[in-house]
Amino acid sequence: MLRQLFARCAPVVFLLLAAAPLLAQEPQNEFVPLSEVPRTEQIPAAPFVFVAYAIVWLAVLFYVWTLWRRQGRVERELQDLQHKMGSRS
Amino acid sequence: MFGRVVWLVLKKDLAIEARSWELVITTLFFALSAVVVFMFAFVREGQPLEGAASGILWIALAFAGTLALGRTFERERQGETLRGLLLAPASRAAVFTGKLVGIVLLLLAVELLLVPLVVVLFQENDLLGRWPLLLALLVTGAVGFATVGTLFAAMLVRARSRDVLLPILLYPITIPALVAGVNGTQALMATPPAEPLAIMWIAMLVCYDVVFLTLALWVFEPLMTE
Amino acid sequence: MRKLFLPLTLLAAAMFSYAPFMIDGAPYESTMLLVQKIFYFHAPAGFIMLTSGIVCGVASVLFLWKKRPGADRVALAAGELTVLFGAIVLATGPLWARKAWGVWWNADVRLTMSLVGWLIAVGYLIVRRFGGPGSEKLAAGLAVFGTANVPFIYVSVNIWRTMHPQTTVVPSLVEGMRGPFWFCVLAFYVLYALLMTARIHLERQRALVNDLYLAQEDA
Repeated sequence: MLRQLFARCAPVVFLLLAAAPLLAQEPQNEFVPLSEVPRTEQIPAAPFVFVAYAIVWLAVLFYVWTLWRRQGRVERELQDLQHKMGSRS
Repeated sequence: MFGRVVWLVLKKDLAIEARSWELVITTLFFALSAVVVFMFAFVREGQPLEGAASGILWIALAFAGTLALGRTFERERQGETLRGLLLAPASRAAVFTGKLVGIVLLLLAVELLLVPLVVVLFQENDLLGRWPLLLALLVTGAVGFATVGTLFAAMLVRARSRDVLLPILLYPITIPALVAGVNGTQALMATPPAEPLAIMWIAMLVCYDVVFLTLALWVFEPLMTE
Repeated sequence: MRKLFLPLTLLAAAMFSYAPFMIDGAPYESTMLLVQKIFYFHAPAGFIMLTSGIVCGVASVLFLWKKRPGADRVALAAGELTVLFGAIVLATGPLWARKAWGVWWNADVRLTMSLVGWLIAVGYLIVRRFGGPGSEKLAAGLAVFGTANVPFIYVSVNIWRTMHPQTTVVPSLVEGMRGPFWFCVLAFYVLYALLMTARIHLERQRALVNDLYLAQEDA
């Protein structure tokens, strides 16, 4: 049922999602000297950007995981009930 | 007919309260102790923090109001009188308004205690001199908070975890009313008093009250049909 | 509705895979440089949070007045997604702000509104979970009040904020940034449609299970 559909899509989706950001980052390739560095520049930006994007991915994946679990539980219950109804009639 | 039902419900609540004064006394003393705690938190070396007084007034009011709402409807629940009220051949909106007026009166009593208390403890001597605007602010603020509060407290009467759910639901929704109250009071405490600003906040509170009272009267009917 | 699930999944996956390339190709913002790139996911998440909040409010109105159970399912799904995307917005925003403005938070309209709106959405889910029987209607009432509250929060915080000094940065989009931005907005909407579809399907199956239990008791 729906869970099998999930299972078939998930590996492909995951591969695509995992590979893309790795390919997209470019390392800084030049140093521009500054005599007077403003306060905000003293905090490196890359960790913030990385954490921000990671939060988005992780939050969505977490939600999808909870959907998966709940869906599994409901489908199991549905099957049980249908067995019981079937065996009774 | 509407007015008569409102008056009857109000009279019932006042009559019950008049027997023991439990709700009024305990709510007033809670408000008093809340202000004292805040006073210790927000006074440095004998001097109150700038602008703390107005915030403390309204927060103490919100806390005391939440407790009073919870206990008013707890009383209804224990006596199982809510069903009686809903079954009565009276418009539900009128029953709601009756309870609302009772709560507003209680909140006004709390404000009557809190304002002199805050003036004394935080040395805001000019505030009482501007009492017309202050009164308008206090009344509209109390009505706004009470409207949303009465609806939610009535809604939650049969819910589980209702004691903690009421503040969780009530505070975010009443934030505009509390912000308006705090800033309006702050404007009145300034020297010279920023009266146009205070009037603007009062106008916003009036809008808030009208919108949410209408909404509450609309929603009360479908929400309470169980 | 189940037929939509596979195409939506593939479309969302494809768009989100391509998005980082577009974002990387966009020009750097002159003052904020790299950290501004958070914007390409932060702002669309904010759009979705607002959209989902409105969907929840409208569905709750339909549920309270027309008593349609389908509307209640939509409201619940929208409520959960408002909390999810609201959390994303509230988590990524301060990360951007810390680097760009030097502070994690300030009393800006949008920030405060988002926080309060998110709290109301969380309250909605809490009522549904812990409210006991009949909590669907209570939660629907809360959603209606929450949606009605939005203009007031905007006005009150807007006026309040103007009394304090403020540092707001609202970048107006340059040519090179517009493409990636709207692409990301579209990608997020596809993701939203996908998640709503899946969640509503789950809820419908739960309703089916409930009906079967009841039928079993009657039999």
